[in-house]
Amino acid sequence: MKSDPEDRAFFEQSVVQLLDRLFGAALRLTRNRADAEDLVAEAVAKAWAQFAALRDRNCFRGWLFRILTNTFLSACRRPHTVSIEALAEAEADCEGEAAFSIFERLHQPFLLWWDGGPEQDFLNKVLREDIERALDALPEAFRLVVVLNDLEGFSYQEIADMLGVPVGTVRSRLSRGRSALQKALWEQARDAGLSAPKPESADPRSVEHTEGGSL
Amino acid sequence: MNKIRLIGCEEALNRLFDYLDHELDETRRTEVEQHLKICRSCYSRAEFEKRLKGRLTAVGTEPPSDEFGRRIRALLGGF
Ligand SMILES: [Zn+2]
Repeated sequence: MKSDPEDRAFFEQSVVQLLDRLFGAALRLTRNRADAEDLVAEAVAKAWAQFAALRDRNCFRGWLFRILTNTFLSACRRPHTVSIEALAEAEADCEGEAAFSIFERLHQPFLLWWDGGPEQDFLNKVLREDIERALDALPEAFRLVVVLNDLEGFSYQEIADMLGVPVGTVRSRLSRGRSALQKALWEQARDAGLSAPKPESADPRSVEHTEGGSL
Repeated sequence: MNKIRLIGCEEALNRLFDYLDHELDETRRTEVEQHLKICRSCYSRAEFEKRLKGRLTAVGTEPPSDEFGRRIRALLGGF
């Protein structure tokens, strides 16, 4: 491709601006830094090769993340991993399972005197590492939509377009993914002895988080 | 805009994530907002989920290493 200097400048500037987000998403998709780096580099190279086909530059972010997502999903990259059938299986596994809600486990409607309540207290104790670990434990089909929506802020329609699935599928995967994520966070906290919703643990200092942050 | 209805807890909670994800039309969004104004329990739930979502959004940003930053700049420089 013959590169127009103005195109090149736009492309470079946009990628540099988005790099922390691209890398954040890639890290949660691949779950390790080396693969995340390769994924971002490959997606950026592919994006440049296809850049002439991008009509509306306002769509650059969604377009670039779509390439990142598709690069991640492309079979040749990861021969051993998840196919469409495996995605469907992961969904079927959660069929009929009631949504898991940390709030429902912890909320105590009569504890009005307790500022924020035990559920807010729980969130205060959850560390970024805990969230990363819970995300990494999600089945890929769910992790993908949670990353694209909760982490990167794409709408259901944008995600549906990226993945080539109906909006309803995005909504249901998102809801199951969030439920599984809350369950994982809950279990991590329980295993670390953090989640006791008792008034005497209202003082955050009375329940110490595990050294170094990882549960 | 359609007529705003009074909705109950069940309907409000069913719509809660669509609401927090900005996926509701104006009427349905306003109905949820009205409910959250009068229902302490659903309001607390919404605050919790909103905060958790905020924590997730923060995880979506991760600065790469300096070395990788240089690798990407070299890649871009070669275009
Ligand atoms: Zn309510």
